[in-house]
Amino acid sequence: MSGLRAFRLMVWAAIVVLGMFVIVSTQLSGRSPTVETSSGTAKVGGPFSLVSHTGERVDNQSLAGRPYLVFFGFTYCPDICPTTLFELTDLMTELGPVADGFEVLFITVDPERDTKEALASYMTSFDSRILALRGTAAETDAALKAFSAYAKRVPLEAGEYTMDHTAGVFLMKADGGFGGMMDMHEPRETRLEKLRRLAKGQVTSS
Amino acid sequence: MSFGFKLTVKLICMLAAMLLSTSAFAHQFSQGDIKIGHPWSRVTPSAAPVAGAYLTVTNSGSQPDRLTGGSTPIADRIEVHQMTMDDGIARMRPLPDGVEIAAGASVELAPGGIHLMLIKPNQQLIEGSSFKATLEFARAGTVEIEFVVQRNPTVETGSGNEHGGHTP
Repeated sequence: MSGLRAFRLMVWAAIVVLGMFVIVSTQLSGRSPTVETSSGTAKVGGPFSLVSHTGERVDNQSLAGRPYLVFFGFTYCPDICPTTLFELTDLMTELGPVADGFEVLFITVDPERDTKEALASYMTSFDSRILALRGTAAETDAALKAFSAYAKRVPLEAGEYTMDHTAGVFLMKADGGFGGMMDMHEPRETRLEKLRRLAKGQVTSS
Repeated sequence: MSFGFKLTVKLICMLAAMLLSTSAFAHQFSQGDIKIGHPWSRVTPSAAPVAGAYLTVTNSGSQPDRLTGGSTPIADRIEVHQMTMDDGIARMRPLPDGVEIAAGASVELAPGGIHLMLIKPNQQLIEGSSFKATLEFARAGTVEIEFVVQRNPTVETGSGNEHGGHTP
């Protein structure tokens, strides 16, 4: 029966190794300052207060009772930020008046270069219902914290810099609770359905 | 003003239109062993300080080459950058040494990965327009190309294949 014993030993060894792997990987992933889409319900949706490119203050009070989308980015971002805004514009055009049922907020993580004037010019290319929001450094930090989002300034050569940032679209329910993320790689119909349900107040916490 | 002259003018106009449309469809440029497939740039929002541009480089030579950047009359310069997405966080970094194209290999510069970045474009990039650029390679030297401006990558556009004609 030494063969069976060896087999049992191997199985136990495998279980121990797997267990250690799970523990280590859980701790490692817990360390990264990312948005936990699966367990982040309680962490997303805190207080924030910013000013739109049209000059109005937008905060939790002004949004009370309205579902909304939040997306972090900056205008020096060549790819994902304008693409997401163009895609949101396309989705809102397709939804028509249904898209009046929620707000769409683009929060700049780079208020230094994204002035109110720069944002106002930038936003003329998108659905006029999308609001670009900016704040002071402290207000921007508070907004990031409110959504458990991440942004970091990374210096480049010649005094230039870029921003690392959370790139997903947050769906927020009318009661201010987190309604999940919208992945821009999902099928178009899935995204449209998520937005329709958000507008109707049918989104349940993920 | 003879009938023959009018006809000639018409013919020239038609030829010019054909040539223009051909250049918009062809989207293939080459220089020595380097072939550039379908260079395109993303439409930009108004007053955008940067623009992304994409293409496929094929190196049919027996030596590796390196795309290091380029220039265009419509922007300060063209740099090679890399976008990565990790745990939902987007990061963008310049690649000062450019991107290597191994001998006999093909490299696709596409959204969400290695791409070209136009720094400070002096005009808004409008869908359907095009602009000239010069790419710089470590071995092959410069390659003259023309980018077409598209809203979405060709493969993902569900609406027709207006740029599908360039496939050989």
